[in-house]
Amino acid sequence: MSSAGWIMLIGALVGGSCALLGCFLVLRKISMLGDAISHAILPGIVIAFLMTGSTSSFPIFVGAIVLGLLTAFLVQTLARSGVQGDAAIGVTFTSLFAIGVVLVSQYAAQKDLDLDCVLYGEIAFTPFDRVGGVPRAFWVNLALLAVNGIVLGLFYKQFKLCAFDPEMASAVGISVAGFHYLLMALVSITTVGAFESVGAILVVAMLIVPAATAYLLTDRLEWMLAIAVGLGAASSVAGYFMARGLGCSIAGAMASVGGLFFATAFLFSPSHGVVTRRVAQGRMRRTVANEDMLLWAGRRLEIEAEPAFDLRTVSRGIERLPRDTGTIVSRMLRAGLLMEVEGRYRLTERGEGRALELIRRHRVYESYLDELGYPVDHLHAAADRVEHHLSPALTAAMDAAVAYPERDPQGKPIPGSQDPR
Amino acid sequence: MNWLWDPNARWILGGCMLLGLSSGVLGSFAFLRKRSLLGDALAHAALPGVCLAFIITGSRSLGGFLVGAALAGLVGAACIQVITRYSRVKEDAALGLVLSVFFGFGIVLLTLIQQSQKASQAGLDKLVFGQAAAMVSGDVQTMAICAGVVCLATFALFKEFKLLCFDPGFARGLGYPTALLDGLLMLLIVLAVVVGLQAVGVVLMAAMLITPAAAARLWTDRLDHMVVFAGLFGALSGAIGTGLSTMTLRMPTGPLIVLAATSVFAASLVAAPRKGLIARWVRLIRLRRQVAREHALRSLYELAESRSNWTATISVADLAASRGNAESGLRRVLGELGHEGLIRVEGGSISLTESGLNAAYQVARNHRLWEMFLMHEGQLGADHVDRDADVIEHLLPRSIVEELERLLVVHGRHPELPPSVHPLRSV
Repeated sequence: MSSAGWIMLIGALVGGSCALLGCFLVLRKISMLGDAISHAILPGIVIAFLMTGSTSSFPIFVGAIVLGLLTAFLVQTLARSGVQGDAAIGVTFTSLFAIGVVLVSQYAAQKDLDLDCVLYGEIAFTPFDRVGGVPRAFWVNLALLAVNGIVLGLFYKQFKLCAFDPEMASAVGISVAGFHYLLMALVSITTVGAFESVGAILVVAMLIVPAATAYLLTDRLEWMLAIAVGLGAASSVAGYFMARGLGCSIAGAMASVGGLFFATAFLFSPSHGVVTRRVAQGRMRRTVANEDMLLWAGRRLEIEAEPAFDLRTVSRGIERLPRDTGTIVSRMLRAGLLMEVEGRYRLTERGEGRALELIRRHRVYESYLDELGYPVDHLHAAADRVEHHLSPALTAAMDAAVAYPERDPQGKPIPGSQDPR
Repeated sequence: MNWLWDPNARWILGGCMLLGLSSGVLGSFAFLRKRSLLGDALAHAALPGVCLAFIITGSRSLGGFLVGAALAGLVGAACIQVITRYSRVKEDAALGLVLSVFFGFGIVLLTLIQQSQKASQAGLDKLVFGQAAAMVSGDVQTMAICAGVVCLATFALFKEFKLLCFDPGFARGLGYPTALLDGLLMLLIVLAVVVGLQAVGVVLMAAMLITPAAAARLWTDRLDHMVVFAGLFGALSGAIGTGLSTMTLRMPTGPLIVLAATSVFAASLVAAPRKGLIARWVRLIRLRRQVAREHALRSLYELAESRSNWTATISVADLAASRGNAESGLRRVLGELGHEGLIRVEGGSISLTESGLNAAYQVARNHRLWEMFLMHEGQLGADHVDRDADVIEHLLPRSIVEELERLLVVHGRHPELPPSVHPLRSV
């Protein structure tokens, strides 16, 4: 495979295994602890490196795990001895990171250790260090992804419960602290694997950004994990192309692409997007306006035969500004619910059908509330709000519950109300 | 201390102390707003701003960096606000998101600048970790202005910021423009961050905002004192870090300043009055000793009571058996009580002196009052009462006991007290 292919593959593996853990960090609201660990394991790596003299060895993972768990432990200990939680994280990771930087600067000249390499990583170099024709980084990150997948798979139920309801988890006998530290250990080793590719600082982008994006796209943990892994891999690949196009840092480009994915989900997520929700609100507002107009016109049907009205009457009737009324009327003309006859407006046959259906909903709901003992003089206001949200099935069910009355509590007829038997 | 005579070193020292001072002062407010990590995010977010400023102005001037970093920081802060407000992503994830994405974008810009090979780009990548040694007098003057602005603004708006930190809802109720004040606070934090970029860099800047403030919080419960302490701790860390790095070759200044701040924090954590570990440990030991003493007194009283003889001699073995602990554990507390003249110890047997009986009576009375209260008022099972009473009697202040006693009398539930001391005199 070409080295570009290997880079993308390794990037995708890193993105995938980080995103997998990131989901649990985001759900447990400890994202910044992930950030802290990714910084704080630096001295562990440096010490292990100085002792063994190689970057590929098992001791580096041990050093990282020790420092990662130490970070989690220090944060918890400080928080327990009265230091505010966010400050405890800040003090711990900056101190450990500073120790790491001092160590690197002291010994960098003697050993082959470059601060820039540890901090930014350089995924472009990973394909050159090969084991059996395959880049070493590929094996390492594949193994890390497998470890994360196996551990999370084995204890999926426990991690899930700890993420959503820690009190419940400890009540049923799950060691919440134990799984917390297990997660922290996984974050530590995964961060080491990611170091070579994206460096200490941008690991947090791989951990948090895809997970937070997936959090906006689904309400199910299984899907969140799958989407996050997919996004992590996708932002690595897209980041590579962006970096090649611009000639900039690959790691930085990966983080930037991840940010773009998040921004897109933030705006356009089907369920939680800001724009999506705005659009849905606008649609709802138009539906309500249309239905209010239909209801008003439908009630006129009960007073006069073939009623027709001008804009001013409609405007006064539905209590909206003439300009808004014009918009509503032209919308309904287009929908074929209204027709224009000699400068006045009349309901079409379809419009009448819709209006009667709405009136039926309104009055059935009033009857139902009346049956519940709700004050009669409050029925109309309540029904006026709820009528837009009642489905035909629910209306039929309520109609059955009040035994198919012919008239509503105010004595007005309920259209189409009859016992189906 | 020869290095102090070098004018350049003095500029650096001055700059680092100014940095510590301004970030300590502002860190206090960030700390109390529970936004310590916001400083971290803003510091990282400053990187793309600085790079953009460099691309636009084409020169490495602190003034340009300041504007760029301030704008980027404000955009970052706004992003965090918008994300937490309009989506279900929580603040921690929003911080991590903004921090990493902005920083990643900054790295992209940085590599683009490096690639375009402008001669003056040297030093821009030093912003990530800072390079105090590269500071010149002009930089320090700009830093001094920033630090001055920060301190003046804090002084002028002290009351407003105080209210914002402790009760933002009340501040809004009083008609303070809380959103504006919050924004101003963030702007000031960005200023402090920019001051720190030169010396410690974006990554470790968070420490300068968090650590001195966290240390100061351990020393006092008053905001005005805390701000002063934090400023002093920050300046002290700056001085120590610079001094150490100048004296030891090749040690980078930024991390040393951070480690100096951590040492100040660690020392405070151990030695601070009332909140320090030593102070708490001493309190715990004292409480334990008092508990042991009162247990012993009450047991002696109850043993004497059960023998209907207030001057009875009680063997240490009996006392230990009634408390359910070993004789050896009682030795210290018995020694203390004997020293105070509350008991007489002769061989293996103990008797209460008159003042000892008085003290023992008070303890036993306290205990039984509380026991009665829990049984009658607390709706607790009678079998749970003694354990609770054993713990709480030592924490019960006298005034509450008197109030309890009064209440019990009012309700006609005054417990049967053991015979008062007065008839004993006739025994």
